[in-house]
Amino acid sequence: MRRWLLPLGLIALLLGAWQIAASTGAIADALSLEDFLVPSPVEIASSLWENRELLAENAWVTLKEILLGILCALLVGVGMAILMHRWRLLRDAAYPLIVASQTIPVVVISPILLVWFGYGIGPKVFIVALVCFFPITVNALDGLRSVDPEAVKMMRSLGASRRQRFRRVEAPAALPSLFSGIKIAVVVAPIGAVFAEWVGADAGLGRLIQSDLANYQVARQFAAVVVLSGMALVLIGLTALAERRIVTWR
Amino acid sequence: MKPESPGSQTMSAAASGRATPADAIALRGVGHSYGDLPTLAGIDLQAPAHGVLGLVGPSGCGKSTLLELICGLQDPSAGTISIGGATSAEARLGRCAFMPQRDLLLPWYSAIDNAALALRNQGLGRREARAAAAGLFERFGLAGFEAARPDELSGGMRQRVAFLRTLIAGKPTLALDEPFAALDAITRAEMQEWLAAALRTDPRTVVLVTHDVEEALYLCDRVAVLSARPGRIVAELTAPRPRAADRDAAVTDAEFVSAREEAMRALREGSR
Repeated sequence: MRRWLLPLGLIALLLGAWQIAASTGAIADALSLEDFLVPSPVEIASSLWENRELLAENAWVTLKEILLGILCALLVGVGMAILMHRWRLLRDAAYPLIVASQTIPVVVISPILLVWFGYGIGPKVFIVALVCFFPITVNALDGLRSVDPEAVKMMRSLGASRRQRFRRVEAPAALPSLFSGIKIAVVVAPIGAVFAEWVGADAGLGRLIQSDLANYQVARQFAAVVVLSGMALVLIGLTALAERRIVTWR
Repeated sequence: MKPESPGSQTMSAAASGRATPADAIALRGVGHSYGDLPTLAGIDLQAPAHGVLGLVGPSGCGKSTLLELICGLQDPSAGTISIGGATSAEARLGRCAFMPQRDLLLPWYSAIDNAALALRNQGLGRREARAAAAGLFERFGLAGFEAARPDELSGGMRQRVAFLRTLIAGKPTLALDEPFAALDAITRAEMQEWLAAALRTDPRTVVLVTHDVEEALYLCDRVAVLSARPGRIVAELTAPRPRAADRDAAVTDAEFVSAREEAMRALREGSR
């Protein structure tokens, strides 16, 4: 109860304050702006309703980019982590590269990808995968390395092959850590997707936000942000749910 | 390649209690070092089939390393180790089941799935492995806890499941590394009686590492006392009444008390 009531109460309080400040024109006056540039929560909600089809169409595009990007990062990241765990040499060689992948500024690489691959979904998925790759790979590798060496000895003595050791000991031991990585990835993925669309796209919430900015459609812009945040929250919730169903021993 | 029926093999070995020379252990001139640091030197030891050999020594004397060498998890830097004639690490590993110091029950498996791990590794399905382990759960006082998660079990029960896991592997030799060190005094005494009973009904060749002299003399036929690093054998004692049914009477027996004094003396001298 308390866990839900407190944050909901705070949200209601903040929305109420915003509503009063915006509808009385206090914010617009303070910033010397036209009233329509400072929408109230009620105006945003009505924009959300009026533009529901447009928002849903664009949200679906962005969601596809996010999910495909996370999926790619998961496949490549977990695969890399397993290989690096198995071969020390590869870990030593590739680890600095993986850290470097995180330092690539998305701001710089997005326009280049646009030039190379055009306006399609490809470059967006690539950017999402790029920002998700690091937390997933590093956490999966940490999880695999957290395995108790004594447990490995015990399994060897019980006749386990390398594969059986991986399946019965190393993989389950790595799961909690992998889920921590996925949770971080799920949070950064929408940011990556919106940014990739920002640079050049023909659909998606990021593109909608950008074109609304140019047209002073501030209320709809906020509505798009609400949809985006909602999407991220649902993804985090689903990840937490999956974790609770799979990692039952924690 | 799937073994015909590892489950029944385990059971028949358990039921017959037949000792074969193939199960005997012999160490000759075994030495070991980590880099330049010698940890064990000139170890000669023997245990007959179905004999229980104890290794006691001060902390850091290399007794756990010696155990890992015996069961084939490592190779010694000098000397030979043979379990029933098998001398390569790979072959020793096939004949010896290792029980580590902590129980190391895997939290993602139930008690019975932990106990049956070796059977799963041999290729049995989950149902068959559980069925094969269920009888032993009954026999070793764990009935009703098959589906329990490891963290729902008491310390003594966890050790019992860990011991069953080692036993069910169906190997002629068991290597136990301070199996009861983490338990309180009362539970430890209970577990010693329990293990003694288990070995009476299901004899195996056992190497038991412990820092508890009384535990070694109660559970083992012979006890080797190791010195501080590099570990050497400073004394070998024969236990007066190994695995007696009445533990309290056995450990207060005059012969037992003097054997314990002798072992303690050797331990003290070896620690210097």
